Amino acid sequence: MRKKKKFSKRTKWAYIFVAPAMLVLTIFVFVPVIASFFLSFTEYDGIYSPKIVGLKNYINILFNDPLFWKAVKNTLVYVIVTVPLGIGVSLLVSLALYQKIKFSSLFRTGFFLPTVTSIAAVSVVWRWIYAGDKYGFLNFVLTKLGITSMLQDWLMQPSTTLPAIIVMSIWGGVGYNSIILLSGLQSIPDSIFEAAKIDGVSVWEKFWYITLPMLKPVMLFLVIMSTINSFQVFEQVYIMASSTEYFGGVLYSALTIVPYLYERAFKRFMLGYASALAYLLFIIIFIFTLIYMKISKFYEE
Amino acid sequence: MKNKNKKRIKVKKVVNNFVLYGFLIIGFIIMVFPFYWMLISSVKPREELLTYPPVLYTLKPTIEYYKQLFSLIPMQRYLFNSLFVALSVTITNLFLSSLAGYAFAKHKFYGKNFLFTLILGSMMVPWQVNIIPSFIIVKKLGWLNSFYGLIIPAMVNAFGIFFMRQMISTIPNELIDAAHIDGCSEPYIFLRIILPLSKPGLATLAIFSFMSQWNNFVWPLIIIHKSDMRTVPLSLAVLNSQFGNNFGLLMAGASISILPMLIVFVFLQKYIVKGIVFTGLKE
Repeated sequence: MRKKKKFSKRTKWAYIFVAPAMLVLTIFVFVPVIASFFLSFTEYDGIYSPKIVGLKNYINILFNDPLFWKAVKNTLVYVIVTVPLGIGVSLLVSLALYQKIKFSSLFRTGFFLPTVTSIAAVSVVWRWIYAGDKYGFLNFVLTKLGITSMLQDWLMQPSTTLPAIIVMSIWGGVGYNSIILLSGLQSIPDSIFEAAKIDGVSVWEKFWYITLPMLKPVMLFLVIMSTINSFQVFEQVYIMASSTEYFGGVLYSALTIVPYLYERAFKRFMLGYASALAYLLFIIIFIFTLIYMKISKFYEE
Repeated sequence: MKNKNKKRIKVKKVVNNFVLYGFLIIGFIIMVFPFYWMLISSVKPREELLTYPPVLYTLKPTIEYYKQLFSLIPMQRYLFNSLFVALSVTITNLFLSSLAGYAFAKHKFYGKNFLFTLILGSMMVPWQVNIIPSFIIVKKLGWLNSFYGLIIPAMVNAFGIFFMRQMISTIPNELIDAAHIDGCSEPYIFLRIILPLSKPGLATLAIFSFMSQWNNFVWPLIIIHKSDMRTVPLSLAVLNSQFGNNFGLLMAGASISILPMLIVFVFLQKYIVKGIVFTGLKE
């Protein structure tokens, strides 16, 4: 009898403990997720009450909105280049850091620096690296290397804006990816490598038949995370490729989905339309994640 | 013959090392250079700033641009805003996440699994999906351009609760049971047993909360429209568009904005790496 009473007292406290967190999450996460689903079927400018329009937003986005498709195309290019290149470079870095090297903590700190600093600050600096006049540092390096034919204003030229942003994003992601990969490498038992050494396995075989398969779960995690993050790219485009005259690059050359969503929602206050965009993005990301899961399952069997 | 083989192995090793260190050093330079250039350009005197070819050092460092930063725009106010928001969010996040994490890890209550699934599920939803209604709610509450709007929605998040639950799960039940038998109250157990024993987890979560708030750009961009409520990253974006040609000023602003994170990073690198590995491998 007494025990039962004590238990219910503990339960009471449990509710008190989760209550404040659940309140905040409910108001600013759970309710908004559902609300934006309903908003996506309305026209809403934030002032007059929402007007239900059925599937009109989705139909307009999918069939009458070339800018949306431009953003989708740019985002796909961004994802398809950034994810494999980013993880490939990070794999090289993590393999190098995994060796017994001098100054390893210094190297690690260097590669990791962009992970802890704000994308806003870093974007401001990269804008100047890419600058078109002779003060742009990239142009200076190219001049030194004798490649004068490539000199240009990297963030003003429609054909180079997106690639420039991709390079900067890969640079920014290497630290995070390689720390994760490094910890994956460190969790591979030494005994496997020792056994391979006794069998006289070459470095390449070791990498291809031992290291890579052992890293598979970590790689899958990284591929999923970095795909999700890449689909959501925003700050770089907002700071590096936007000005008062253009948004998302000259001729929208670097407009990706999230900056487009931001522009519709918070510059034009097409809140219903932007909610539909958000759900479409959610669906795209979800499909990609499912595909990765399926592929990895397929290879496991 | 044997000697020749040995020599060959030695040559191979030297070549390997050459490639390895070459790769690391070039990589290191590419990674660090933008930061170095930011810092050095922020202290170069005007006449050295835009020279061709660019000079990578200066013999006459100046704080002219830092002075400009505080006189042209209210940078001290932005620094205060960012610091105040980041600290408030960190403190509430630690407290509320560990409270909820404790309940999810060590208590039985009706609806526990449902709520926890809801929390985990919300981690998979991209922020774009809830940002528009969140903006509307904050607007309806009259919290645009205010600390309330910056702090309250960020007070706790799904990841923090999940993280603290995982940390607190590792605390042995016997400790808690013993405290119950001794007649300790639940708040006492939380404050005196759970919190002290989850210090490493709390430290990691503190760094992450502070870092993500200090660097947060999108949310302030959406809800702050008054100049004096801007946070540091937001003020950088404004500097970038208003004083886009004042290179020294921009670099001074960028340097100031990354300085706190650099300090945090240098001293607490171990916790940051641990935390990242934890989130990376256990999620």
